[in-house]
Amino acid sequence: MSAEATVPEVKPNYLTADHGLKSWLLTLDHKRIGLLYLLGVSFFFLLGGIFAMLIRLELLTPAGDMVQPDTYNRLFTMHGVMMIFFFLIPAIPGILGNFLIPIQIGAKDLAFPKLNLLSWYLFMAGGLATFGAIVTGGLDTGWTFYTPYSSTFSTTAVIPVGLGIFVNGFSGILTGLNFMVTIHRMRAPGMTWFRLPLFVWSHYATSLIQVLGTPVLAITLVLLVLERAFHIGVFDPTRGGDPVLFQHLFWFYSHPAVYIMILPSMAVISELIAAFSRKRIFGYHFVAFSSIAIAVLGFLVWGHHLFVSSQSVYAGTVFSLLTMLVAIPSAVKVFNWSFTLYQGAVSLHTPMLYALGFIGLFMIGGLTGVFLGTLGFDVHVHDTYFVVAHFHYVMVGGTIMGYLGGLHFWWPKITGRMYSEFWSRMSALLVFVGFNLTFFPQFLLGYMGMPRRYHAYPEEWQVLNVLSTAGASVLALGFLLPVAYFFWSLKFGAVAGRNPWGARGLEWETDSPPPTLNFDQAPVVDHEAYNYADDAATPGMKPLSAH
Amino acid sequence: MSSLHVVSVKTYVAIFLALMVLTAITVAVAFVDLGPLNNIVMLGIAIAKATLVVLIFMHVRYSTRLIPLIAAGSFFWLLILFGITISDYLTRGWLGAGTPWGH
Amino acid sequence: MSTAHPAALAHQFESLEQQKESATLGMWLFLAQEILFFGGLFMAYLLYRWRDPQAFAAGSHELDITLGLINTVILIASSLTMALAVHSAQLSRTKALVRWLVATGVLGTAFLVIKYFEYSAKWEHHLVPGPGFHFPEAAIGGRAEIFFSLYFAMTGMHALHMVVGLGLLGWLLVPAMKGKFNAEYHNPIECFGLYWHFVDIVWIFLFPLLYLIGRHYHGAT
Repeated sequence: MSAEATVPEVKPNYLTADHGLKSWLLTLDHKRIGLLYLLGVSFFFLLGGIFAMLIRLELLTPAGDMVQPDTYNRLFTMHGVMMIFFFLIPAIPGILGNFLIPIQIGAKDLAFPKLNLLSWYLFMAGGLATFGAIVTGGLDTGWTFYTPYSSTFSTTAVIPVGLGIFVNGFSGILTGLNFMVTIHRMRAPGMTWFRLPLFVWSHYATSLIQVLGTPVLAITLVLLVLERAFHIGVFDPTRGGDPVLFQHLFWFYSHPAVYIMILPSMAVISELIAAFSRKRIFGYHFVAFSSIAIAVLGFLVWGHHLFVSSQSVYAGTVFSLLTMLVAIPSAVKVFNWSFTLYQGAVSLHTPMLYALGFIGLFMIGGLTGVFLGTLGFDVHVHDTYFVVAHFHYVMVGGTIMGYLGGLHFWWPKITGRMYSEFWSRMSALLVFVGFNLTFFPQFLLGYMGMPRRYHAYPEEWQVLNVLSTAGASVLALGFLLPVAYFFWSLKFGAVAGRNPWGARGLEWETDSPPPTLNFDQAPVVDHEAYNYADDAATPGMKPLSAH
Repeated sequence: MSSLHVVSVKTYVAIFLALMVLTAITVAVAFVDLGPLNNIVMLGIAIAKATLVVLIFMHVRYSTRLIPLIAAGSFFWLLILFGITISDYLTRGWLGAGTPWGH
Repeated sequence: MSTAHPAALAHQFESLEQQKESATLGMWLFLAQEILFFGGLFMAYLLYRWRDPQAFAAGSHELDITLGLINTVILIASSLTMALAVHSAQLSRTKALVRWLVATGVLGTAFLVIKYFEYSAKWEHHLVPGPGFHFPEAAIGGRAEIFFSLYFAMTGMHALHMVVGLGLLGWLLVPAMKGKFNAEYHNPIECFGLYWHFVDIVWIFLFPLLYLIGRHYHGAT
């Protein structure tokens, strides 16, 4: 890290306050734990990315000529498991949520710092257990673990991966619990609920899902492991069990889990749109409550994953209708962001490029979600690349755009340094173009009927598959570029100062990087969030100048 | 609110005795065949017992409003899980196709 | 930093009041997740019992209601002793606190010992799910296996929570004996009490759902 404590008169910050490996591995500082998450999440993202590239390489040609079918099954399973459980779910809450929530509400730390550190260790333990299972043979059930294949027939590492995800689940539960208690009990004087940044509101909604949804996945995985190991046949049809119950329990968590991924990203986007439009978020209250509405409605729609199972048609119809409801709070957000841009002083710095990219991609992902929520249409394209493209637009186009946008926005706060504006804009462009090139052809492929999870396909689909693989390469470049200029910035980047963006919020009123206890003086809040109209509110605010 | 509400020993013992009486009733009723009413009595008594434990032993009666909200909210979430899942199984036979377990 | 900074106050909090409220809220959120955790098991119970009520009644008939009842009384009594332990901590009565904690631990251990005898009886009677499962009543046969799968999963998960609880109890006993807990600061005791009562509540539902539904069962018709 950028430990440059050589100049004696420099005030210590959270990075320089303490030294040595032990000071990191045993730290209770939420900001350092956020950086620990950055480390772990990046590692698992790299793994998941390697699996993705291998999948795309195999699909470059119609014949299944690069890997064996069994290997291919393992590749897409491990890609899904790594990306979903160890990248998409923990990335934004673990890194940015951890770093920012206490600062944004004016607290010294999260309510339970030791629990926070434990969460990171559980996350790493779960991730490494899963990683170990990959090295020793992998898993081939798909990330969904559907029974009875996973419980009875698969010969791969179901139990180690199941336990890894179980352990990681408790990391998420404890993080969510910690955030909720912190937001309830640790707000600075004057920081009322409706003065909270929308970042905090959205993370509150995320935490709600973590606490109420994740345990159901946990017990489901326990039952799966019991069934495999001890013949406690709760899902085994030969013992009177019902495999579809597994799907119900699994999706009771795993559908809301999509909102665990997207809500923190929306949290970031609200901050970015406000900061780079120089306006208070239009309809603040609506955006705040739409997060809660998404969290609650998200629990009522899981059956749309079961449209082609033995689920009753009546239940399917109700699930289909309920699914449409989620579009309402999602649209509220998109409309309100758009209205915030309207007549705002919009500037296109790198974080804002990601924010605008998010809106575009999330619109496509969300609207195709409405297609898929429609019972009849879903039966037509179920388990095709249409579904694959849809959820990548939501989860990659949504979550990763928010994640990268947030990382670029708060990087100066986290490290105290600025990165190269030119290269970061280039990478934002590469990610956007690469992403669309990868996944848009998959909508077409899926609509034409290409099923997911096969390593070979008819020749007439090759052009679109080649485009997709080419896009994946561009995307990979777009992800690697930031690694280079972020590292570069640590040593050579311009010193950022407290508030390089002229943004509002308590995190911009403290040093960059912040001191260990976040503020030199306990903050008292007497104004709403995003008070951009009130120019005197942030002393020392610089106008956005041309870089 | 007061952060330290001390409940008297007498109250605790009274609640314990009430729980014992309810346990005795539920066991006694279990030996009588009341048809579907057995389940209702059994679950009603279990819920009553749980409520006593939550309100007095777990001090929810004396806590801030947020705590009962969380307790009730998580039970409500459980009902979402139960209600929606079982509504699938209950409606499967409606098309007359029949199900493996004959409902 | 404020002038008076009590030793029990962690650095991130402003006051003991805030610390206590945070701890209680955190514990309740943890219990909310526990409710959903056990909820998955209850969901499976609900579905399978609705599908085959007769097999469940027959399976339940094989359980030992006397031991189940004794365990119910023991566990509720342990909730009482736990409540009294918290009560003693609130009044800074160290000796009484230790006494009630030990009583809770003894009752909890007794519960597990009885559970052990129940489990081994099921093992001897071939009622453990798996290849060796054999149900005495031929008309029910393998249909009862799912009941015993759930019986072991639910009571096993409950027993695991008891074991964890006893571990935590032992861990709290040391500072309790040293007099670390008093009217001002007893969050760990209070939170542990919440956990213990929760485990009691799970049993309050498990007992009727597993042991009582087969009491007036007179064989398959």
